[in-house]
Amino acid sequence: MSIDMSQFYQVFFDETAEHLAAMESLLLGLDIESPDLDDLNAIFRAAHSIKGGSGTFGFTDMTAVTHVLETLLDRLRKVELQITDEMVDTFLQAGDVLKAQLDGHQSGGAEVDQQAVDEVCAKLERLARDAAPAGTVAASAAPDQASPHSAEQVYEVRVEYAQDAASTDPQTLLDALGALGRVEMAAGADAAAGKLVMKFATAAGEDEIRDTLAFFVQPEQVSIAPANNAAAQTEDVGYGFFDDVVVPQAAAAEDDGYGFFVEPDAIKSQVEDAQGYGFFEEAASPQPAEVVTNIEIESPARSNGRRTVDDPTVTAAKVGRRDHDKVAVAASSADASSIRVSIEKVDQLINLVGELVITQAMLAQTASGVDPVLYETLLNGMAQLDRNTRDLQESVMSIRMMPISFVFSRFPRVVRDLAGKLGKQVELKTIGEGTELDKGLIEKIADPLTHLVRNSLDHGIELPEKRLAAGKDAKGTITLRASHQGGNIVIEVGDDGAGLNREKILSKALERGLAVGDHMSDQEVWQLIFAPGFSTADVVTDVSGRGVGMDVVKRNIEGMGGRVEIASETGYGSKITIRLPLTLAILDGMSVAVGEEIFILPLTYIVESFQPPQEDVKTVSGQGRVVHVRGEYLPLVALHEAFNMTPKVAEPHRGILVILESDGSKVALFVDGLVGQHQVVIKSLESNFRRVPAVSGATIMGDGKVALILDVAALVRLNRH
Amino acid sequence: MQANQENAVAGGMAEGQEFLTFTLGHEEYGIDILKVQEIRGYDAVTAIANTPAFIKGVINLRGVIVPIVDMRIKFNLGTAEYDQFTVVIILNVARRVVGMVVDGVSDVITLAATQIKPAPEFGASLDTQYIMGLGTVDERMIILADIERLMTSSDMALVEEAAA
Repeated sequence: MSIDMSQFYQVFFDETAEHLAAMESLLLGLDIESPDLDDLNAIFRAAHSIKGGSGTFGFTDMTAVTHVLETLLDRLRKVELQITDEMVDTFLQAGDVLKAQLDGHQSGGAEVDQQAVDEVCAKLERLARDAAPAGTVAASAAPDQASPHSAEQVYEVRVEYAQDAASTDPQTLLDALGALGRVEMAAGADAAAGKLVMKFATAAGEDEIRDTLAFFVQPEQVSIAPANNAAAQTEDVGYGFFDDVVVPQAAAAEDDGYGFFVEPDAIKSQVEDAQGYGFFEEAASPQPAEVVTNIEIESPARSNGRRTVDDPTVTAAKVGRRDHDKVAVAASSADASSIRVSIEKVDQLINLVGELVITQAMLAQTASGVDPVLYETLLNGMAQLDRNTRDLQESVMSIRMMPISFVFSRFPRVVRDLAGKLGKQVELKTIGEGTELDKGLIEKIADPLTHLVRNSLDHGIELPEKRLAAGKDAKGTITLRASHQGGNIVIEVGDDGAGLNREKILSKALERGLAVGDHMSDQEVWQLIFAPGFSTADVVTDVSGRGVGMDVVKRNIEGMGGRVEIASETGYGSKITIRLPLTLAILDGMSVAVGEEIFILPLTYIVESFQPPQEDVKTVSGQGRVVHVRGEYLPLVALHEAFNMTPKVAEPHRGILVILESDGSKVALFVDGLVGQHQVVIKSLESNFRRVPAVSGATIMGDGKVALILDVAALVRLNRH
Repeated sequence: MQANQENAVAGGMAEGQEFLTFTLGHEEYGIDILKVQEIRGYDAVTAIANTPAFIKGVINLRGVIVPIVDMRIKFNLGTAEYDQFTVVIILNVARRVVGMVVDGVSDVITLAATQIKPAPEFGASLDTQYIMGLGTVDERMIILADIERLMTSSDMALVEEAAA
């Protein structure tokens, strides 16, 4: 293939990552006792798509792993085998291996632990083999066997390939087939002439052989016929019918299906999508499943009807039901269709809308001065513009929003693995997965949340015996709940475990020399666990106990402009609540004036603001000033001094003091006055300029002027030096 | 992309390259027109604390925060007055947007390679390392400045030290 495939790599990486994630969540949701066939099919499809994609792009290591994975999955979905816990574990491991391989390819050739790969492959192969019904190797498989595929079939496979095709190496082809069954070269093979004829004994179906070969040669170059084997005869009828009649019809129906619910342009784009995968010539080939699995990224429901084509036991009957399927397809496509857009484009859009909002505000300000009687239509227009801009801004902002399920979906796995390791029984409940927040926040919240969940599991939930002794259900529950509250996103990590131990925390804090006392409120005691290096665990394990973590969690969350709260009841469990702003791009700020300039203080740092009486401001050794606030002496920082500006008021008792708190220390910031409270759009100062000390960014005010956003943590630090 | 641009500049050199000329005091400067994004008037600027005097501050250029430097203060040329005739040249250098205040923008000229002489070791207020050459048009001498190098230099304090 002479087309440069590297341009499609990113698409493959993205989609494979999605497929892996889908596979994992399906595996975790699988009921071992009575697995849902649809789920098994979906897992199989995901594996199959990864195999197809990796084969096309030449990531043979991934193809190899998915291949063995697929073999076992195929047997499961055909109900030849009963799924076991061990299988699910192995599938999850295989998923991890694939992810490692994918990361390796993505980052450009990082080495993957080949031993782990081999182990997983061997395990999968063993599972697929072990569980196979006895006697499959014998050609005289019982004809009344439940599944047509459990017995080996002998096929005569003829492959012709162009000699100049660099991609076709007869040996790799044979190797690939070898993974499916036994290959015997037959007379008439002439590798030099690009012709292979072989006898192929395998438990896999004919369509699987075709799928495997499709990675090496064009489908029309392959002919597969069952060798004259008594057991294969019945099969042959089904296959003949399947190949010649059903598939073309199915493909046609598929086309109709698309036309039925998608705009012509969309078809084109989807076809292009498929081409991106490199199935250029195959689009029209008798392999609809191959193409289709790659198109159906977002709408699993669509495939249900289609996939039946793979199942040789259901043939013509299904075709008649296609109309019914189409209806379902149309319904599902409405809520599942989506497009991929680069984040830069979205950010540019958000920027432009931000500008529009500012311009609109400026216009509104100008228009407010005109005579409402004379300019009634103008003012009506302005009101309309105001509404439209607001709506536009809201919808544009929502583009960046993603449901929090993107983060929550990783936890079933974390909990399952960790609970197994710790010998605890834990159920994970997630509530409000649909709550949307900014993509930037989603990425940043994942680590802190993982930490909190691990903590709950390790420290919170007790061992089953202990729970039973305490009169609780042996199975602990960890609840993840996300919701909107006002302008905030609230995420709670709760458990019904032992709760925080006040005495233990206090004694540990004393050991570490922290300032504590018995008079402290519970809330204050709980906050101690956020101190750097703090851990109440008696033993350091690889799960937790090293004391790195909670302080990092708190710092990360505060870095996002959020807050962490803890509620705990000994014996009943604890709950950690995280409050985050809706988006990183917008900040709740208080604007303050100094001289001619306006500065923004992030609201989360502000404790209070007031005008001090003259006698409360005192100097220390003649220079440093402190202010007396309710028994506390706080250092006074004059913003105009820090920034070398000329203020309008020089005495604190004529201006305003804003008490700021960061990292546990407080300062009183002296400014000329408070201007107002705004939601401001954060703009980077560094994109065109450099970092400015004590300034975290800039924003554009309603009048079009730039205002600097103060870095409170730096301001507080500034005072310490 | 950078290399492409340079190639284009070098290629254009043969037939002649276009320069935007502006004055600073009594000196006339020329900069590569491809680095110029736009020319605008001087608006209210938000001052930034603890920066050199020639960094006037930042402005909002259609949603982008752009630093403004006053070349007159930087090079001690002309008088730094701000009125409705004050001109800001918005430059696009090294993937950054920077505005510079000058006395006035003259015109756009095309100089062939033969019209560009190497810079002498002394002369303008600019360090010679930022001068690409001297151009001559009708008895006018134009100092051709390597604006990208100048704006990204540590002299201008516009970029992080590490990045410079």
